[in-house]
Amino acid sequence: MTPRRKRLFMVLGAVAGVGLALALALQAFQDNVLYYYSPTQVAEGAVPDDDRRFRVGGLVAVGTVERAPGDMTVSFELTDGRENIEVTYSGILPNLFREEQGVIAHGNFGADGRFEADEILAKHDENYMAPEVKDSLHETEWQRQQREESEGQGGYGEEY
Amino acid sequence: MMADRRWRWFHRLGSPPHVYSLAGRLAPWLGWIALILLLAGVVWGLVFAPPDYEQGDGFRIIYVHVPSAWLSLFVYTAMAVACAVGLIWRMKVAFAAAIAMAPLGAMFTFLSLATGSIWGQPMWGTWWAWDPRLTSQLILLFLYLGFIALNRAFPEQQTGDRASALLGVVGVVNVPIIHFSVDWWHSLHQPATIAQFGPPAIDTAMLIPLLITAVGFKLYFLWLLCLQLRSELLYRERRASWVKAEAGKIST
Repeated sequence: MTPRRKRLFMVLGAVAGVGLALALALQAFQDNVLYYYSPTQVAEGAVPDDDRRFRVGGLVAVGTVERAPGDMTVSFELTDGRENIEVTYSGILPNLFREEQGVIAHGNFGADGRFEADEILAKHDENYMAPEVKDSLHETEWQRQQREESEGQGGYGEEY
Repeated sequence: MMADRRWRWFHRLGSPPHVYSLAGRLAPWLGWIALILLLAGVVWGLVFAPPDYEQGDGFRIIYVHVPSAWLSLFVYTAMAVACAVGLIWRMKVAFAAAIAMAPLGAMFTFLSLATGSIWGQPMWGTWWAWDPRLTSQLILLFLYLGFIALNRAFPEQQTGDRASALLGVVGVVNVPIIHFSVDWWHSLHQPATIAQFGPPAIDTAMLIPLLITAVGFKLYFLWLLCLQLRSELLYRERRASWVKAEAGKIST
């Protein structure tokens, strides 16, 4: 075996070794790197039962979004198709927030059994479309603001 | 004999003066074509492409974010290959190329993280999340910075080259992790739009300027690499006769 060939195998061996070690480590951590729980996991009691905060992810259930008039409080139900969780939140919603959008709420259950979120993150999907292409069934936060602004100016609310 | 001639161009890549002058001849072409493509792609993307149905004009950051994210992975892979060639064949130019690429890769990685963060604040609702994609991309930035630090940490350039090359080669396992992180774990970051099986999930009117900027970014990187590599070779070969001859050309 020439020294060059020996070095080739040493390099390949180092990459394979580190790759294998990392793969095993990630496999072992699979459950611990979970970024959020689903409503079903919450219902089954998989979440911490002390007052530690955690994340719940799911879709915003259709027809459940209610905005309190005059302040920034919003309540909605988060669903994964099996279980629903009632969430309240006060603050600026991400632009992508809408019905049937995937969102992740960070917080804990309050005394009234509702999930009090201090942070709402919206998950974007991989689709990019022009507005004319997408027949807008769902209004996003960005579109709502656009519509309300244009309506405020007595304008063309039907554009999207 | 045939085989010798066929591989001659490859063997000449091992010669610093040859690579120095080759990079010098390529650089203006790469630079000007990159400038034209970047101008065309950015104007097209920012002005003429339609807004996104969901994100409005906010999606337009894609024209910087995606090309720099692609490049951050491409540059790392290229750097790891250069490191492996340097380690196995003891090729001086390969080590010089690896250290010339590292700051450029770090720059594109930083750009992808920064633009992603700016987009994430209004769209997701947060500047940063410890999500698998974002975290592995941050590790990529640290790999680049660690590579540079290790390369320059020894008084002997050769020791630094070999030590950092090992880090560079081994770090390549992070590249597939970054790419597949959005499929393997619950992730806040969306899955791949273009690098997937089947047609890309993006409007053609948005895709064309993206591909133009992506090619423009790549040529821009190659242009910078030519300049970086030339100065790195001059520094490394500063005691060689060909560098003294080059210096003589300038001073007369």
